[in-house]
Amino acid sequence: MIIDLARFIATERPSWEELEQMLDVMERSPTHRLTFDAAKQFHFLYQKVSADLARIATFASEPDLLRYLESLTARAYAEIHETRQRGRQTTFMRWLGSDFPVVFRRHFQAFLLSVLVTLVGVGFGGMAVGLDPEAKEAVLPAMFANHLGDPAKRVAEEEKATKDRLGGSHASFASALMVNNIKVSILTLALGMTFGFGTLVSLFYNGVILGLVAVDYIRAGQTVFLLGWLLPHGVIEIPAILIAGQAGLMLGKALIGWGDRFPMQMRLRAIGADLMTLIGGVAVMLVWAGLIESFLSQHHQPVIPYWAKITFGMAELGALIWFLGWAGKSKGATA
Amino acid sequence: MGGKIKGGDRLNSELRIRTPEGITFAYSLAGPVTRCTALAVDLFCVIVLATTLSKGLSLAGLLGMDIAGAFQMLGFFVISIGYGVVMEWSCRGQTLGKRLLRLRVMDAGGLRLRFHQVLMRNLLRAVDMLPAFYLLGGVVSLLSPRAQRLGDLAAGTIVIHQPRHRQPDLDQLLAGKFNSLREHPHLAARLRQRATAEEARLVLQALVRRDEFEPAARVTLFSELAEHFKTLVTFPAEVTDSMPDEQFIRNVVDVLFRQGTATGASAKNELKNLFDTPNPVDTLPARFSDLRETNNA
Repeated sequence: MIIDLARFIATERPSWEELEQMLDVMERSPTHRLTFDAAKQFHFLYQKVSADLARIATFASEPDLLRYLESLTARAYAEIHETRQRGRQTTFMRWLGSDFPVVFRRHFQAFLLSVLVTLVGVGFGGMAVGLDPEAKEAVLPAMFANHLGDPAKRVAEEEKATKDRLGGSHASFASALMVNNIKVSILTLALGMTFGFGTLVSLFYNGVILGLVAVDYIRAGQTVFLLGWLLPHGVIEIPAILIAGQAGLMLGKALIGWGDRFPMQMRLRAIGADLMTLIGGVAVMLVWAGLIESFLSQHHQPVIPYWAKITFGMAELGALIWFLGWAGKSKGATA
Repeated sequence: MGGKIKGGDRLNSELRIRTPEGITFAYSLAGPVTRCTALAVDLFCVIVLATTLSKGLSLAGLLGMDIAGAFQMLGFFVISIGYGVVMEWSCRGQTLGKRLLRLRVMDAGGLRLRFHQVLMRNLLRAVDMLPAFYLLGGVVSLLSPRAQRLGDLAAGTIVIHQPRHRQPDLDQLLAGKFNSLREHPHLAARLRQRATAEEARLVLQALVRRDEFEPAARVTLFSELAEHFKTLVTFPAEVTDSMPDEQFIRNVVDVLFRQGTATGASAKNELKNLFDTPNPVDTLPARFSDLRETNNA
């Protein structure tokens, strides 16, 4: 009960302001750590302000003061009851070189499922074009129109070209590829909100296109051209899409919650940071793949020999497997 | 921990968070119309930023068409996704549109908003937008008890509305009336203590809207209110008997909201001294100095 509001404000105000200052510091720098004594003082002030709020709550004539104390309590509550690890200061290199592969390995099963679904798609696409060459036209989207004709003819044309086919537009082609692929990955992740169904469909469809084009070139006896054209960027781009699929499937699983006793809200909360690490890593991979596809993949035999492109692609693949499989391992044990 | 949703009316519900200390605070959830308006403002901002970028790049045409085109494409993409992420992260959950409409993104459990939550809710716009004009996200947020679209659901965030509260002009409302309740200061103090905030708001609203009632309804309403307040505190019969119900309620409001007593006046002065800085655009009184007396007009 408050009889004398002026005295109440005058005596309690120092505590409010002290808590406010502590909160300002904590909110400004997420890495700030309280000493033991400061933490005790913070808790004491939080309880004091809570008590003041309870006292003023029945005091009808001071809505502003009430709202101020409410907001102070809410802010302190957010700090006191936050049990997730506070964001630690991380550099881009440490995040990419250590956090990303560690998170990837933590959810490896979802990645395997993503690979499996894509492979089923590849098999389906390959079979379709094997049984009925017309299927290609029905399935391929407009952006792959240059693959519609006879692969052998396309290879002959590409190899004939003596000057740079893209002219001076490598950079804009690269950024178009990056933007498109990153958008596709984000959608693949976001479609996880359809209980993973949309992600599965998206992965399967990507597989179908891949299988269709690959088998088409192989049947036409252009395997070497295909590898030389696809490997340099594909060994990064395709795994990137698969990781986006992994993230989408994790999201779907958290929504469905098989064999998980936690409520949905907590399941989603548990994977949120990991999902964003994965999609961030995917974006970096796709920037690299876009640059390679525009500046390297479009040059064919006489300019760059196929063996060089294939070797480059295989080296990239090896590096990627090492990176995702082993990078950040020593730190990962403690993370 | 954890929030409870209150209010059957989905468009006007609030999220109540009860702390282990027994303190409850509430956030009112933002409705779809305000959120759409904020989105429109933000879209406009994105377009302005993107246009500025492309104008800037055309001036920097020295770089060559190829590089300028590449930067334009990447720039537009980065702006369209980055705008929401950067604004919400750096301005504690507010983009420009949200700030104008007094909306704010919050953690659904009342905890600190994390960067990955901001990123997640902005990336998942990709699915909320489907099939067009945020139809899926809109439908989901209408059905969701916390008014969350899919991105909010996945990120564990809510969007709250922080309306500006204005006090009616009490001086005009209660002008020049002698208040006989004040002759019994101890009873007046007891009334202030026993009346809840809800009861106080109720009588204030009744008084503000007194001319909108039918005459008969007005009499009934004020008699019911007076009866209720007389059960809270019993004033001497010679004060209340000769007083019409509406006058009694007017006096109650005067006691509750205006503190003409010596201590009350000094409390007002104390508040006035403390809240003397100009009110910022942001309504959330995050600083003590943000508080300002609003009913002194």
